[in-house]
Amino acid sequence: MINLLKNLFCSSLGKKFIMAASGCVLFLFVVGHCVGNLQVFLGPEAINRYGAFLQGLEELLWPVRITLVTLVILHFWSASRLTLENRAARPVAYAEWNPTVASYASRTMFVGGSVIGCFIVYHILHYTALVNVGGGNFTSSAQFEWTNEHGEKIHDIYKMLIVGFSVKWWVSIFYIVAVGLLSLHVSHGAKAMLQSLGLKSKSYDPAVRCFAAAVAAFLFVGYSSIPLAIMLGFLK
Amino acid sequence: MNLTLKVWRQKNASDTGRLVTYEAKNIIPDMSFLEMLDVVNEELMQKGEEPIAFDSDCREGICGTCSMVVNGTPHGGMKGTTVCQCHMRHFKDGDVIIIEPWRARAFPVLRDLVTDRSSFDRIIQAGGFVSVNTGGTPDGNAIPVPKTDADVAMDAAACIGCGACVAACKNASAMLFVAAKVSHLANLPQGRVERERRAIAMINQMDSEGFGNCTVTGSCEAVCPKEVSLDFIAQLNREYGKAILKNRMERKLAGGG
Repeated sequence: MINLLKNLFCSSLGKKFIMAASGCVLFLFVVGHCVGNLQVFLGPEAINRYGAFLQGLEELLWPVRITLVTLVILHFWSASRLTLENRAARPVAYAEWNPTVASYASRTMFVGGSVIGCFIVYHILHYTALVNVGGGNFTSSAQFEWTNEHGEKIHDIYKMLIVGFSVKWWVSIFYIVAVGLLSLHVSHGAKAMLQSLGLKSKSYDPAVRCFAAAVAAFLFVGYSSIPLAIMLGFLK
Repeated sequence: MNLTLKVWRQKNASDTGRLVTYEAKNIIPDMSFLEMLDVVNEELMQKGEEPIAFDSDCREGICGTCSMVVNGTPHGGMKGTTVCQCHMRHFKDGDVIIIEPWRARAFPVLRDLVTDRSSFDRIIQAGGFVSVNTGGTPDGNAIPVPKTDADVAMDAAACIGCGACVAACKNASAMLFVAAKVSHLANLPQGRVERERRAIAMINQMDSEGFGNCTVTGSCEAVCPKEVSLDFIAQLNREYGKAILKNRMERKLAGGG
């Protein structure tokens, strides 16, 4: 057991396993989160019921949150260790370097990922901790309460989204840029994680490539459509 | 044809080195890249200057000795070709060509374009032995090997250990080389006996040599003169993952005196 942990946390491949495995769970999370958010287009009833359902999972809510944060930390820890090793591995740079087939996404995983990391902190402060970082104060008044069909008072997530994305224009722009980076990150990560875990196979590799590109496009369109629709006045 | 070369010149391992410009005149398009450098060196020696040092041996693309980065691409960017088999007809009259050595901490420059690639030898040594029974000569087909397995093993064994994968990788990672060596033996019954031990030992050695890590960019596969596939890196990851789960390194090798 000690040896396994040592191999996992100290070797290059072990750190890649940690990165890929944590990335895999986080990938599933961002897809699920996007699908959940898109319910905003079904009106306040649907998204508020969804929010109340998640909040209602009292026993699961904190374990899930802690797991996700731990995975983000492991993902970032392994990425930074690997990146430091990578930079040290080529002390003298080429005068001219041709990336050949290396995609832009694959060459910007760490920088893009770090910006996404900062965005996650901002996003949690904004919509989970309800700190006033974007001009909309969600804790101040009763205006963010919604009465559902059973007469219960629940969080008005719909209104929070509208206010959150319409008070300050730069908040929406930041979200759109961040989800753009996220989809770029996922477009490479979704196929690289199978390679890192040794699960790549010629038989389904073309399907994995299409899947990664399709999910990345879905995430960008899905996530950015919400602030965009609010900015353009389609959601009120 | 006449060309302008910008060549990395470095006296020895401790020199900082710099790009020096040379004119390559009257180059015949049928010359190989190394023959073109030979012509430039002849001229330099006639002028009493130090010739450009570079590695070469077989000059027919099978030994893995020649090693230089041409205009940012190891071996010059012709698909499945070493730089000795890259011909001047692929260049145009008046081209400016930048020539640099492999750049990696694990491949220190000894002089000009010559690097010390003995880190690869140490990785091979760390791989250890393949068990072979003593006694009489075994029959050729005593151990059945499926044809497809033999073909896959051969694709991996095609690696000539030139180091272009390291040179092309943005992280200077040796994963394609190690993957080829580990997969070549792991795909054959003769090599399977020590496969776990071998995977762990070679990865440990690779890490301690100071190579970078794999980001799955695919540059290594693109420049490999033997077109060793990225799929072998997936196999290496799989071999290593299984090996650390089985934890075979815990038990020291006993006996042998």
